[in-house]
Amino acid sequence: MSLNGPEPLLTLRGLTKSFGSFKANDGVDLDIYPGEIHALLGENGAGKSTFVKMLYGALQPDAGAIVWRGQETVIPSPAHARQLGIGMVFQHFSLFEALTVAENVAVALSGDEPLRKVAADLEAVSRQYGLPLKANARVHDLSVGERQRIEIVRCLLGHPDLIIMDEPTSVLTPQEVEDLFAVLRQLAAEGKAILYISHKLEEVRALCERATILRHGKVVGTCVPREETAASIARMMVGADIHQIRPAKPASTATAPLLTLRDLSMPARDVFGTALKHISLDLHPGEILGIAGIAGNGQSELFDVISGERLASRPDEVTLFGAPVGHVDISARRAKGAVFISEERLGHATVPGLALSENVILTRHRVNPGLKSGLFLNRGRARSLLDTISEKLDVRKSTPDPAAQALSGGNLQKFIIGREVLENPRVIVVNQPTWGVDAGSAALIRQALVDLAQGGAAILVISQDLDELFEFTDRIAAIAEGRLSDFTPVAETDRRAIGLKMSGIFEGVPA
Amino acid sequence: MLESILLTIATAATPLLLAALGELVVERSGVLNLGVEGMMIMGAVGGFAGMILTGNPFIGVLVGVALGVALSLLFGFLVLTLATNQYATGLALTIFGLGLSGLLGESFIGRSSVRMPVLNIPGLSDLPVIGRLLFGQDIIFYLSILIVIGVTWFLFSTRQGLKLRAIGDNPQSAHALGIKVLRYRYLAVMFGGACAGLAGAHLSLVYTPQWTENMTAGRGWIALALVVFASWRPFRVLAGAYFFGAVSIGQLHAQALGLGIPSQLLSALPYLATILVLVIISQNRRLTLINTPASLGKSFVPDR
Repeated sequence: MSLNGPEPLLTLRGLTKSFGSFKANDGVDLDIYPGEIHALLGENGAGKSTFVKMLYGALQPDAGAIVWRGQETVIPSPAHARQLGIGMVFQHFSLFEALTVAENVAVALSGDEPLRKVAADLEAVSRQYGLPLKANARVHDLSVGERQRIEIVRCLLGHPDLIIMDEPTSVLTPQEVEDLFAVLRQLAAEGKAILYISHKLEEVRALCERATILRHGKVVGTCVPREETAASIARMMVGADIHQIRPAKPASTATAPLLTLRDLSMPARDVFGTALKHISLDLHPGEILGIAGIAGNGQSELFDVISGERLASRPDEVTLFGAPVGHVDISARRAKGAVFISEERLGHATVPGLALSENVILTRHRVNPGLKSGLFLNRGRARSLLDTISEKLDVRKSTPDPAAQALSGGNLQKFIIGREVLENPRVIVVNQPTWGVDAGSAALIRQALVDLAQGGAAILVISQDLDELFEFTDRIAAIAEGRLSDFTPVAETDRRAIGLKMSGIFEGVPA
Repeated sequence: MLESILLTIATAATPLLLAALGELVVERSGVLNLGVEGMMIMGAVGGFAGMILTGNPFIGVLVGVALGVALSLLFGFLVLTLATNQYATGLALTIFGLGLSGLLGESFIGRSSVRMPVLNIPGLSDLPVIGRLLFGQDIIFYLSILIVIGVTWFLFSTRQGLKLRAIGDNPQSAHALGIKVLRYRYLAVMFGGACAGLAGAHLSLVYTPQWTENMTAGRGWIALALVVFASWRPFRVLAGAYFFGAVSIGQLHAQALGLGIPSQLLSALPYLATILVLVIISQNRRLTLINTPASLGKSFVPDR
């Protein structure tokens, strides 16, 4: 262990927090030393967020002690945490889109300096750490990477000794991740401690000196990540071996494509939307295509126009099974044998307040005549379909037919995938199939898709998770500012090349 | 003639301006209070009753403001503490205010009042045309102009105003930073109530110095529309309110001239014209979206 000093900056002993009968944190112990980058690892729902909120004063522990610089303290509020020297860079950015960069920084500072001084300070810090920022830009005009810089600069302006980073790389390109790591290493070299929360094991192995692993609210181990393999850390996180995907054999592209886009262009929906520009692709049977990209580069617009939620301007911009469908709605496209799985699980893929069996009816009534009897719904049939889905994809639910919103993210996504693939669709378009899903469920979902491709289905996966795309797709392209790059076979490309395409550099770049 | 017309325009515009400014601050914090009409009519009945009972119009104004604040606190308790639906609660508040004011004001119908004294500023008030318009008005007029300046300064030049706008944009993020979301929203709602109460008091003490049931006649709703069409910016609210005032007075003169246009149509003109003009000046959709409080109308419940 490379520790800069014998005295820990922060010691936590037996931190416990319950919500009702659920113990989110159960006796968590942790030491952080100055100059150390310490990883906090765990699956979704392992209790990382609760733990961090207690450190940052947003939640109060039920039991346990927080020792800061050798003194036991209580952290009643985030402002108090900042005063102590604990800064936080949030996972879901806590920025205000309508405000300028300087205003976003000023709003979090405890002092009352004039905005002009805040702007000057933030530009100075941003130069010092190589995090370029314009103080007067509006946040909603900025990219995700730039937004993260604001968060970091805002945190640094509070002169913290401990910086908590909550999943900072989930929205960055590989190049941006490298830049971020350089900044973090510089901060650690200056003697600041960093608590780095993540579930990306390769990153943790590259960056962190020590790691503490949480499972079900308890510390299940500490390790030196460099001395472990990703698989051995994952085993500690999940508590079991993770299913390895059996890859499908490569598909032939000699057959006629099942889904095509031809020079598809579409103006932006509103000022916050992205216009699609001249997008073409061919999706063949047995093939899994992946589209990488950073959020907000046209993925949801592309999904909407392929699914028929928005109609294309010309019918032949989108074809399914050789027939132009750009002008027909989503039900007509489903009736042809295609399914569309939206990234928004509650409120789009399902109606939160309706029972799962009713959610089955909502997307399948046009294609499954058994769901209707005359004018009426056949609820019994819907419930038996739900049972089949639950069994096939291991959907765990507390009652036989709960409301969609009662399911956890992973279980709900398994239900949605199961519902859509039940009748062996020939074309599957899915946006963010495993976003926010625990590793076990994610593997199950990916395997289900691979098996369908093996059976001759054509699958288009839009995802922001590069690891996922490299794990199970055949060819990958990137979408940037509404333009789509060429597709490259997975074996012939790497993260760096895709990362460049994600930042919009792909014209003239050899495939 | 021109001078007296200009004077009546200012008088017609002031209650609208006040109510809209209050609502602007409320909406900037992300709360939509559709109860402006109800708070305004309570301010009108309170102002009139206070004046009749004490003989002092200034005490009347204070009573009007107090009733506006009281009603807004009721709204705040329901919407902020109990997190009820803002739309439904606001509508209920309007209906409640209209009913309660009718009950409270029954014995004051037909009574005549002491007019608010005019506050002349020596020297300046004697300037031709603009003298009496700018410097020979009642105290509420001066207050309304001060509030426009004050609200602009508060929202865009103070740290507290920045926090209020931040809450309106994203209360979850504001809460994560440790800003007391509900405290700010309560204060904003109370300010809105005070302004609506003051606007109502102006109606029953200055504009038409008497009490009649439903005397606000939809001005609360116009104030709400003004806020939206003015893209939540105080000086645009000022412009909108005075434009509305000008058209309302103009159409009265047009009716008097007997142009053969149905009077109902002329009476509708100020509403129509104001909305049209504000739609035209808020053509810049980007600017409008930046100014629109993103969390408007959504309840916020801080986590445990």
